[in-house]
Amino acid sequence: MIWSISWRNVWRNKTRSIVVISAIALGIFAGVFSTAFMKGMTDQRIESAIETEISHIQIHQPGFRESSEIDLLIDNSDSLINNLQKNPAIANVSRRIIINAMAASAETSSGIKLIGVYPKAESKVTTIHNKIIEGEYFKGVKRNPVVVGKKLAEKLNLRLHSKIILTFQDFEGNITGAACRIAGIYNTNNSLLDELNVYIKFTDLQKLTEIPKNTNHEIAINLYNNLTANDVSKNLSKEYPSLEILPWQTLKPELGYMSALMDVYMYIFIVIILFALGFGIVNTMLMVVLERVKEIGMLMAVGMNRLRVFNMIVLETIFLTLTGGIVGIIFGTIIAKYFSLHPINLTWYSQGLSAIGWDSRVYTSVNFQMILIVTVLVILTGIVAAIYPAIKALRNDPAEALRTE
Amino acid sequence: MSVIEIKNLHKIYNESEVKVHAVNGINLSFEQGEFAAIVGPSGSGKTTLLNMIGGLDSPTEGQIIVGGTEINKLKAGKLIDFRMRNIGFVFQAYNLIPVLTAKENVEFIMHLQGVSKQDREKRTKELLIAVGLGDRINSRPSKLSGGQQQRVAVARALASKPKFVLADEPTANLDSKSTENLLDIMEKLNKEENITFIFSTHDARVVKKAHRVITVEDGKVISDERK
Repeated sequence: MIWSISWRNVWRNKTRSIVVISAIALGIFAGVFSTAFMKGMTDQRIESAIETEISHIQIHQPGFRESSEIDLLIDNSDSLINNLQKNPAIANVSRRIIINAMAASAETSSGIKLIGVYPKAESKVTTIHNKIIEGEYFKGVKRNPVVVGKKLAEKLNLRLHSKIILTFQDFEGNITGAACRIAGIYNTNNSLLDELNVYIKFTDLQKLTEIPKNTNHEIAINLYNNLTANDVSKNLSKEYPSLEILPWQTLKPELGYMSALMDVYMYIFIVIILFALGFGIVNTMLMVVLERVKEIGMLMAVGMNRLRVFNMIVLETIFLTLTGGIVGIIFGTIIAKYFSLHPINLTWYSQGLSAIGWDSRVYTSVNFQMILIVTVLVILTGIVAAIYPAIKALRNDPAEALRTE
Repeated sequence: MSVIEIKNLHKIYNESEVKVHAVNGINLSFEQGEFAAIVGPSGSGKTTLLNMIGGLDSPTEGQIIVGGTEINKLKAGKLIDFRMRNIGFVFQAYNLIPVLTAKENVEFIMHLQGVSKQDREKRTKELLIAVGLGDRINSRPSKLSGGQQQRVAVARALASKPKFVLADEPTANLDSKSTENLLDIMEKLNKEENITFIFSTHDARVVKKAHRVITVEDGKVISDERK
């Protein structure tokens, strides 16, 4: 019956309760939606980095990532790749030759990272082939086709099928070069990557650099489940102790931190909102207690003990807070869910976002664990906000309270 | 045997400054089934006396013994429990819980006592019929007249099967018809169920119905007449 009294008490002063509930709902809505937006942005950044740059796991010779020395090669890569493909956690594998090079057009030149790939295998590990905005992925050019980013093409004033001169060191340390033609231009919305990475066929680069057969610099692994990256890389490291086998969180630690940091920011943000709302709730409940001095006095007179009076006030506060919280969570989730299918287009900021590797089309990400935690936080806010008004209520002396008008 | 025994009862307010003897050495006892009125002018100490009998206020000196228990020695928690099980209250301003229906208001104390749902519903129905509100059990207080609300308050006071009912100016806000109706109901319950009623009142109509009239002035009993 105390539950029923508390719930009905919420609706005694409908206008006041609706104002408080609306404030709570709006605050929680803002919290849920902003966190879904921030989480969506972060997830997209991580996903995009995995899909276009790093994949889930990479294998190198120790030291290659730091020095990019051409002779730090993975030997017997055919058998290694065969073994990797048998691993049930691994979806696809792509081998790469990676060298630093200079790309020159008729007008200017730029430092680049030249990546030799098997187009078919690479397209199962990364999504560059889906980001082609002009031409095709290694098609339409017979000799030395390359795929370049939009940003580099603009910088070197290159067009589809333009000639591009690549200069680099071969395996013996001699400066060599090749005239290539642009088969495709890609755009990943990450201008850093678009300016730096140039893709060439593995066999072409192998021939040009004279790198021995059955070797390469990097093996990129795509997993069925992103969350297993750490475990799978640990197991592979045990199997191949002479190789450096790292998950994406270690390859790009800023991405791993970003995800964890974003979670912390989200909770801080929600806690600040709830903290501010808490003061409003305390104020409302103090008014409630003040208005019902006589009634509380009567309840204590007829035999309602202090614990029950305390619980009644706490429950009323929780109901008030939770009603607003649930409304906010529902609306926040519905709106966030809508924008998870229909992206928010931040076109105005696209250049700035692209310069730091972020997509300007943001798909919000609704995290149900976060919603559960927000619900618990809302209940906790209700309990904490109720304590002071409930103590005030308990201080009532029944005889005195009954005398009040 | 007395239901209530009051021995040398004193209540002094503002003890540190000007001393006001609201109750000044009262000795009284009430038997089971009494229908008594405590009368006196405003400020005579009748409400203070009633509050102390009901354990809502503590005496500065003296003893109040209810059914063998010295209630002024009970700790706060025990006292609340004692009130719930032994004393029924009827207040001047009815003091019903506005968000509950008549039925729920009556049931409320039995709920606190832990009475089973079936027994609660049975007794509530009986009481509301007894006070003539059998047809208004699902009405909220705001939909009832003052007289009807006070009748619900009487039913509520009786719900816990108390040893006695204390009614502080129960007719002060009622018109003459409602007052007569309410007094008839209480008198009937007193006669048929032997329930003890103690009123504090100014109302001559209550005094007329009462079987015992205790007059209080300046915190002292100046007369105690039985009819």
